[in-house]
Amino acid sequence: MKRKKIRKIFFYIGVIVVLVYFLFPFYWAVVSSLRIPSELFSSHQSLFPLKIQFKSYVQVFTERPFARNILNSTIVAGAATLLCLAIGSLTGYAIARLKFAGKVVVMLFILSVSMFPQVSILGALFQILRSAKLINTYPGLIIPYIALTIPLTVWTLQNFFREMPKELEEAAYIDGSGKFSTFWRIVLPLSAPGLVATGLLTFIFSWNEFLFALTFEQLPQMYTVPVAIAMFTGYYIVPWGQIMAASVIVTVPLVVLVLVFQNKIISGMTAGSVKG
Amino acid sequence: MFSRKDPLHRSDPIYAAAFIIPTLAVIAFIAFWPLGQTLYNSFFRFALMYPQSKVFVGVSNYGKLFHDPRFLNDLWNTIRFTIWSVGIETILGILIALMLNKEFKLRGFVRAAVLIPWAIPTVVSSQMWRWMYNDNYGIVNTLLMEFHIVKNPIVWLGFPSTSMPAIISVDVWKTTPFMILLILAGLQMIPKELYEAARIDGANAWQRFWSVTFPIIRPTLGIALIFRTLDAMRVFDIVYVMTKGAANTETISVYNQWVLFTKGFIAPYFGYGSAISVTIFLIISAFAFLYVKMMKIKLD
Repeated sequence: MKRKKIRKIFFYIGVIVVLVYFLFPFYWAVVSSLRIPSELFSSHQSLFPLKIQFKSYVQVFTERPFARNILNSTIVAGAATLLCLAIGSLTGYAIARLKFAGKVVVMLFILSVSMFPQVSILGALFQILRSAKLINTYPGLIIPYIALTIPLTVWTLQNFFREMPKELEEAAYIDGSGKFSTFWRIVLPLSAPGLVATGLLTFIFSWNEFLFALTFEQLPQMYTVPVAIAMFTGYYIVPWGQIMAASVIVTVPLVVLVLVFQNKIISGMTAGSVKG
Repeated sequence: MFSRKDPLHRSDPIYAAAFIIPTLAVIAFIAFWPLGQTLYNSFFRFALMYPQSKVFVGVSNYGKLFHDPRFLNDLWNTIRFTIWSVGIETILGILIALMLNKEFKLRGFVRAAVLIPWAIPTVVSSQMWRWMYNDNYGIVNTLLMEFHIVKNPIVWLGFPSTSMPAIISVDVWKTTPFMILLILAGLQMIPKELYEAARIDGANAWQRFWSVTFPIIRPTLGIALIFRTLDAMRVFDIVYVMTKGAANTETISVYNQWVLFTKGFIAPYFGYGSAISVTIFLIISAFAFLYVKMMKIKLD
């Protein structure tokens, strides 16, 4: 019995170590964002802030176009997610349910894109977007994000559609409903959970993407959040208080999203990989 | 039974085409066209800003690549980075997944906490860690000095011996959650009876892991390894934010982006940058192909 107790204690120590490891950097960002400068720039910082101030949070919005950056990211990630779901669900449904020649080739063609290293299309894509006058615009980022996220979207949604019972669709066809209206009226409403799971992954990907955003949006007022945070500089010193405040601002919504939808996100992440 | 002519079992190429063409169009326009264009660019010598003064140079850009010490060095950095971070992530991922597979009080909370590093933008996590590794004010140095492990603060991101490990540690923190959750999903497919049986047979924990757990999670582990290796080979964000490639941490993606948009902006190196892009594409494809081949053999 005693040995069992000792093992339990060790187990819980392990759990605490894991928790501290994953959460401490985030805690430290919160603490640093609230510190007064004399505490922030000292070589022996306390684990808890002695004095708290919100000045860094105010400065992020008054000294920089950070509100605009958040708006940019919201528009780009939101539009990319909705459009990706719209066209991805159609394709996913066709692959799961419709009969046509060359289905495997189409799926391989789509999936091959997920292996593309982003940097190897960076230069040419810049030229193409520039000649289409899409550099420094929202569509100039939205369209590439759709292409980057569509392989995963089609893949997870077709898995989802495959597992839905066929009977409802069959009944609709017998009632004389067409392919599109069956899809629109019967299949889509039923697949809301799958759409939410996939949409969350697409949104998080687009919200976090850096390389394309850095290259295709070159005006500070068009920067998305990751680019803005990477570019934070000051005249004399690195404004660490502001960098941490901005980091906390964009992380909190993601943390909330993750906590609320954790089961959906995990099911989306692991879809297709477990069945082997 | 339905007849062959009923709407459910009829081939419908027109609907299928209408449902599929938007996706194919986006992919063709954003992925395959630029890829072809990159290949075309790689045979020329020109600057991004002066495309009209293109000079055809054949495959000489590729020849130059093999004598570019910076490229070869960065390729080695990328491989080092990949091996270390994927290796550590896999071991940590298995250990923590095994822990989370047990029933205990805080389990749901720990599982949610694990997701947080994964959801935070890489740029943000890189900035958080860059601050913690700061030589003057960083918590890492403070703790090490507090516990008298080191006497003087370490300039973590200033020297090759410490900067690459620092960057790897950020990638490990950020992507171990992905490993954990995939492996955990695999673990949960193992029926409890198997463990009971192994225990009755007198197998110890180590034997139970190798003979029961590992064979079942192997396919999942394989897929997680593919995803992570291909991702690590493409690493850009962490290096760009933490060091911009200084202190011998530059990877092929960082170098490629620099050649294309800094060096090749006005000077005639855009074609050379495109040759690097094509080479990176070929390297990643070779890895992807190899992996898919290996997995197939194992899965059968």
